[in-house]
Amino acid sequence: MIPEIGNIALLLALALAVIQGTLPIVGAARGNATWMSLARPAAEGQFVFIVLAFGSLIYLFVTNDFSVGYVAANSNSSLPLRYRVAAVWGGHEGSLLLWTTILSAWTFAVTRFSRGLPSEMLARVLGVMGLISTGFLSFMLLLSNPFVRLLPPAMDGRDLNPQLQDLGMIFHPPVLYMGYVGFSVAFAFAIAALLGGKLDAAWARWSRPWTTVAWMFLTLGIALGSGWAYYMLGWGGWWFWDAVENASLMPWLVGTALMHSLAVTEKRGSFKTWTVLLAILAFSLSLMGTFLVRSGILTSVHAFATDPKRGIFILGFLGVVCGGSLILFVWRSPKVGLGGKFELLSRETLLLCNNLLLLVATAVVFLGTLYPLFLDALKLGKVSVGPPYFETVFVPVIVPALVLMAIGPMIRWKQANLAELARKLMPSGIVSLALALLPPLFLGNWSGKVSMGIFLAAWIATLTVADLRSKIRSHGAGVPGAKLASLSRSYYGMLLAHLGVAVFVIGVTLVKGYETVKDVRMDIDDTVTVDAYIFTFKGAEQVRGPNYVAERGLMEVNKDGKRVATLRPEKRLYTASRMPMTEAAIDVGLLRDLYVSLGNPITTSGAWEVRIYYKPFVDWIWGGCILMALGGLLAASDRRYRMRWRHRVEFDKTERNALIAASQVAIVEAQR
Amino acid sequence: MRRGVLLLVLFAVLMGFFAVGLTLNPREVPSPLIGKPAPVFSLPRLDGAVQTFAPQDMLGQVWLLNVWASWCAPCRQEHSLLVELSKTRLVPILGLDYKDQRNDGLEWLHEAGDPYTLSVSDIQGRVSVDYGVYGVPETFVIDKKGIIRFKQIGVITQEILQTTILPLVKELNG
Repeated sequence: MIPEIGNIALLLALALAVIQGTLPIVGAARGNATWMSLARPAAEGQFVFIVLAFGSLIYLFVTNDFSVGYVAANSNSSLPLRYRVAAVWGGHEGSLLLWTTILSAWTFAVTRFSRGLPSEMLARVLGVMGLISTGFLSFMLLLSNPFVRLLPPAMDGRDLNPQLQDLGMIFHPPVLYMGYVGFSVAFAFAIAALLGGKLDAAWARWSRPWTTVAWMFLTLGIALGSGWAYYMLGWGGWWFWDAVENASLMPWLVGTALMHSLAVTEKRGSFKTWTVLLAILAFSLSLMGTFLVRSGILTSVHAFATDPKRGIFILGFLGVVCGGSLILFVWRSPKVGLGGKFELLSRETLLLCNNLLLLVATAVVFLGTLYPLFLDALKLGKVSVGPPYFETVFVPVIVPALVLMAIGPMIRWKQANLAELARKLMPSGIVSLALALLPPLFLGNWSGKVSMGIFLAAWIATLTVADLRSKIRSHGAGVPGAKLASLSRSYYGMLLAHLGVAVFVIGVTLVKGYETVKDVRMDIDDTVTVDAYIFTFKGAEQVRGPNYVAERGLMEVNKDGKRVATLRPEKRLYTASRMPMTEAAIDVGLLRDLYVSLGNPITTSGAWEVRIYYKPFVDWIWGGCILMALGGLLAASDRRYRMRWRHRVEFDKTERNALIAASQVAIVEAQR
Repeated sequence: MRRGVLLLVLFAVLMGFFAVGLTLNPREVPSPLIGKPAPVFSLPRLDGAVQTFAPQDMLGQVWLLNVWASWCAPCRQEHSLLVELSKTRLVPILGLDYKDQRNDGLEWLHEAGDPYTLSVSDIQGRVSVDYGVYGVPETFVIDKKGIIRFKQIGVITQEILQTTILPLVKELNG
């Protein structure tokens, strides 16, 4: 009964998506207000039905309904409840439903938060999102239906892949998809603006919070995936340049470029064409990621079971969405006027440079990811492209971007003065150089890479703080507290995100430069010294989990004669799938992680192969990502966006500035 | 405008590559053994018969060497296909029972049917290393002169059997 409800809900959602994707767009072209007004209720109705379908699938998993093929393939009656829920998106069909659910949630959010939009714009935005949804819903109903019954029903399920039985599986996919799919809003705004022929500051202003929120989710999603890989795969890496990781990094890089380009378009009216192209690219790359993962054309740790028909469908969809939007772009964008002029030395130039660097970095990742496919398709042999390529090519592109990124906030719009800029940069440059050169000498084994990393992080951090200081000095009047309050949330968001990058760079640099690994054979009571830590192996015992049996090792860690940690790494064997899994044990610390994973038992006497890592500052990698995401959240919650949702006003630039100034005065007064 | 057209052309080329990519299998790694003589070995027969088996015994025939194990779940997928194939008598299939206990192997064949002319037991997995076995199941097509002509990594599907293996066998039998 429930699977049928899910099916019907999907069908009704598809019908509404078709309406939402056609009539409002046609209505906007013809000026038919009735047709345009259909967009909102259709989107709301679609949301309700998709949530109903999604809820049905969750229900089927929770109640162990193995008469449904998808449930039987991805769950098991002994699977703990939280993983039964996460198993909903453990396979191709369910994760597609998650994608679609999130798309309809974003669409629903657009209907809620866009009261101030002109009706043509709203109709077109929702229309474009309806078309995307139509594609995904038809794909699901035709080729990837999660509600298909299994005849006869299975006695029990085949179980969720043990690698996915982890907290990471609960959070990583939904958050990542929020990011991927979130770019569809910026995309829809761009297409709507191209359709309407109005690429103006207002369009950029509407797109900005949506883009920033999507970017925030994507940042968090990637960080979650990376953290999960770190403790899950048992060998302590945090980024593997795997095809699917790259597929998420590319939209992130382009999304970062888009966020900054939108700022220029809104504030200065420049880069409009460029911004539109970035919006199209960011979402196209998200879609391409979906294609790469699900078609099986690249090898990856994330591969879904593949079916050639699915690959063809997604490829066709990708062609229609990306090809169609590119044609529209080529056709409509030359009509869009140029923005304000700017000099060679100005914030515009710097932002443009960084945009280009980010795109080159994307191209580097793109080429490395697809190179094996290109060669294979041209019958030039099979190759695999690994971390050495990405590290040698990606780093030189991203380093100048990091250098420029710190200067961006300090430099004036339109025209900057070189002498003044140099004066501002000088102290940070000196401090950063000193920091870069001293500690490595102090810690021993100096390396150029470590110094460069520390320099970059210090450069970004000191300049970010220096900018805040100069803003406090020059901005507003009265006590420092009021001055701090007079700065906008989007400004603080930017500061926080930039600091996050500095923290991230520190983490990457120090873990790359100073981590230690030991692969050892350990008998009971053997000790191994790593850095200043003494690891004592106390043997392994059998334990029984809900759906697995495990050997659990006991490792005591001492430093200076004091117990620092007791670690319990496991080697599990999942009963339903007979798959072995390594569960690393990690003692997390602000300045270092201690990481132990079990290899294989060596003899019956209780000796084991053990792998021990000392990883300095590794958690700063994810800490940096969290700061970036928080920065995004802060920026997106800036009051100017909230105001705009309430007032249905077309601002021009002077009005807007007047309003911001007035509100700042009001805040300052309120503080007094 | 011209730049825009260039963009579209690039995109079209990319789509072309994707379309070709769909027809390719990235996991298919060409085996260095193809075109080389099948590595020599001599292993005890699984059924406990006194004589051992060596690939030279098959000289003059085209045959399949199928690496299997009773503990291997994917092998179960291809097993019924192998049983059917053995009934057609188109090509002899020899089994290499990989890292398996003899009783488990025999019991599995008793239960699911035995498609093999005979099976040999590679308890240590030594021979499988010589054959470059990544995992079970794997299947080799070996010609009359004892040269490996094809290697299937993973499960044999009906499609692979009909479009690749059987035509190759026919061609080799000439």
